[in-house]
Amino acid sequence: MALTDLHAEAVAGIVDRVAQRYRRDPTCIVQILREIQEACDWISPAAIDRLQAVLGVPRTKIEGVAGFYSFFYTRPRGRYRILFSDNITDRMAGNLPLMERLCGNLWVEPGKVSEDGLVSVDKTSCTGMCDQGPALLVNNLAVTRLDAGRIDEIADLVRNAVPLGEWPAAYFAVADNVRRADILLGHTLQPGDALRAARDRAPSEGIAASNMRSWREGLPHGLGGPAATLDEIKRANLRGRGGAGFTTGLKWEACRNAPLKPGQQRFVVCNADEGEPGTFKDRVLLTAHADLVFEGMTVAAYTIGARRGFLYLRGEYRYLLDHLECILKRRREQKLLGPDILGIPGADFDIEIHLGAGAYVCGEESALIESLEGKRGTPRNRPPFPVTNGYLDQPTVVNNVETFAAAALIAVKGGDWYAAIGTRHSAGTKILSVSGDCERPGLYEYPFGVAVRQVLADCGAGRTQAVQVSGPSGVCIGADEFDRRIGFEDLPTAGAFMVFDDSRDMFEVARNFVHFFQHESCGFCTPCRVGTSLLKNLMDKLHNGHGSPYDFAEIEKLNQLLQSMSHCGLGHTACNPVLDTIAKFRPAYERRMEHNDFTPAFDLDRALAAARQMTGRDDAGAHIPAEFGEDA
Amino acid sequence: MTQTFTLDGKAIPFADGQTIIQAALAAGVFIPHLCYHPEFKPHGSCKLCTVKVNGRQTASCTMRAAAGMQVESNTEEINAERRALTQMLFVEGNHFCPSCEKSGDCQLQATAYHLGMMSPHFDHFFPNRPVDASHPELLLDFNRCILCSLCVRASRDVDGKNVFALSGRGIKTHLIVNAKSGRLADTDIALGDKAVQVCPVGVILRKRTGFAVPIGERTYDKAPIAETVAQEGT
Repeated sequence: MALTDLHAEAVAGIVDRVAQRYRRDPTCIVQILREIQEACDWISPAAIDRLQAVLGVPRTKIEGVAGFYSFFYTRPRGRYRILFSDNITDRMAGNLPLMERLCGNLWVEPGKVSEDGLVSVDKTSCTGMCDQGPALLVNNLAVTRLDAGRIDEIADLVRNAVPLGEWPAAYFAVADNVRRADILLGHTLQPGDALRAARDRAPSEGIAASNMRSWREGLPHGLGGPAATLDEIKRANLRGRGGAGFTTGLKWEACRNAPLKPGQQRFVVCNADEGEPGTFKDRVLLTAHADLVFEGMTVAAYTIGARRGFLYLRGEYRYLLDHLECILKRRREQKLLGPDILGIPGADFDIEIHLGAGAYVCGEESALIESLEGKRGTPRNRPPFPVTNGYLDQPTVVNNVETFAAAALIAVKGGDWYAAIGTRHSAGTKILSVSGDCERPGLYEYPFGVAVRQVLADCGAGRTQAVQVSGPSGVCIGADEFDRRIGFEDLPTAGAFMVFDDSRDMFEVARNFVHFFQHESCGFCTPCRVGTSLLKNLMDKLHNGHGSPYDFAEIEKLNQLLQSMSHCGLGHTACNPVLDTIAKFRPAYERRMEHNDFTPAFDLDRALAAARQMTGRDDAGAHIPAEFGEDA
Repeated sequence: MTQTFTLDGKAIPFADGQTIIQAALAAGVFIPHLCYHPEFKPHGSCKLCTVKVNGRQTASCTMRAAAGMQVESNTEEINAERRALTQMLFVEGNHFCPSCEKSGDCQLQATAYHLGMMSPHFDHFFPNRPVDASHPELLLDFNRCILCSLCVRASRDVDGKNVFALSGRGIKTHLIVNAKSGRLADTDIALGDKAVQVCPVGVILRKRTGFAVPIGERTYDKAPIAETVAQEGT
């Protein structure tokens, strides 16, 4: 049934129903908007009208939130909204010709809606399917392994307005591609094992993590479990797996010790906003090991005395929602969630899933919390930090998916066991998401300390020119650095491991990353908002053959400014891909240096492109020769 | 005994809870700023007020003062970065000072003079931002918006109205008004609202009062912004 022409009454009914399900709670605006869009195809002024009345919040708030997230549409975008993943790995697998093919088939321009209002086709940031790309999202559901045949079939399905539910299931199949499993991906724990171990863990001699007041607020008397479990986490030397590597035990302890004002409580938040291009390990953990992740969250809740938890799942993983809700439901039935977990009086904890809506910056923990509260995903001013002033200004632990999974293992097997794996400052294992130029892309779990060369050999990479470790915000290393090791001592990583062989143009790699940062900058602070656009323009200038050594100096200057003045890590790292590739792959840039001195970015001939398109002319007379343009 | 921190070698007294910029302005020391306003909750977005605290850069409008802090502000390095930020704001929007009613009263312009900005340096973005002239008494010229959110905070926190908000993301971030039509005329804004008075640039203007004060006799024509603000602070 066509829903785009629903009249206001029907829209109001949908808004009422959705808002009701979320208890008319304005902190759930992001979830409410998502469900309204899923039902209505877009968020119309009529829907916003109704929503502001139902929630009792100003329209500016709703429009401000809706306007922030890439996946929310306040203008019609068609009944089929197709977004091609545009990570560099999708580029290498040929996503752009496929997008052109689809646009040609459907008679629609990229970025626009077809004239019949049926379909729109556009690009989006990495969707986390780098090991099985090129990939796209259709109405936020992932379609993988695109090729010309599949594109033509999709065009037919769209033209014939076949509902998504009737599309071949094979399109939506997402493979785990686990290539090397270690303690996490190869674990044999059963649901509840870690919780029982935490409950039964007796305080050890000279307990370090004791804080009787704090855990008694959350849990009844007479339990050694929480403090003893926290001790094990600390002893394990577990560090956050989201990239920054903060010590998990210290974070949990700080949250546990944070004073509560009347009416306040503690929260556990799992950061599954896996937005760093080239990273897809959390997708697999949540597909195949969701119990372990939820168990880790529950262990954290037990340890710090939290009653509520959230899984913040990136919008690109919308297809996992039903699967995850089923597991939560089963865990409630098993008494592993809900009131009196495992029969412990007062051990209450439950988990809600919140979906993101296309905003990389929400992977930053304070931006994530803002988003959880139903706001624009702008990183907060810190201090204070989430451990004392997090969700709704209350003490909150935010950890990565992989961190919680590791915590569950530690609860069972103990901190000493875990600390013995890996290296001195990087305990345990790390799951790498390997993609790009290799025979066997997928997940590789290694004890920390593995050399890049080893990973390249295992994944079947040949003639490798460079590896981007930890995504665009990480580091790009060349062949002379392949003996470097994964770990906080040398190459810290959130997990991305993108391989580039010697046929790749590293300038284009960097340019793709720069476009990514420009698109994902939240726009809050001046240096990042304007600086990422200036950097993008500079890289495009080089791409268009107008580069000169002057531009290197400009890039360096922008980097200084973004590093020192930006509000959060996005701005701090936005120049990294360019600086790394200039330092290590300078010929890729020099090939583009046709000038020794400054050349303006403005190009007379290119400025006529719009006029050529409008007039349908492309003959010699419709062009201005380059020499002429430059002499003029 | 009064607590102090050191700002460019000078001891600055502060009270508990005061931010660096609050204490500095109270002591008559100017730190450039655009999104900061003494009457509103700090925002920390323009980053003009960035200083070095014990060697680390941070916005002075959100950082609480602490005893013994070593703060650097008026250094060539930091001022060069502030100048670049100001240039960024100039090229991001459409700022044509000679034809702007706010010229001489504009904090962006005055701050650019203060920092010795001689050119915009970067390529202009020339964004397309239509003007909203729907309201009988007020004009909104979005071309000059620097996204400081002062009108947002004033309307929400003082006027209790939420007339303004920021929408969009990244370079597409923009100011919106609280009306289904998107027009100021359809909001409940009133001339007496605080939100009408706080714009540091020339976005929110009263109609039919233009050029009442001749150019040359305006706020920052008489004294540079550093002196004007420092005098207000003390």
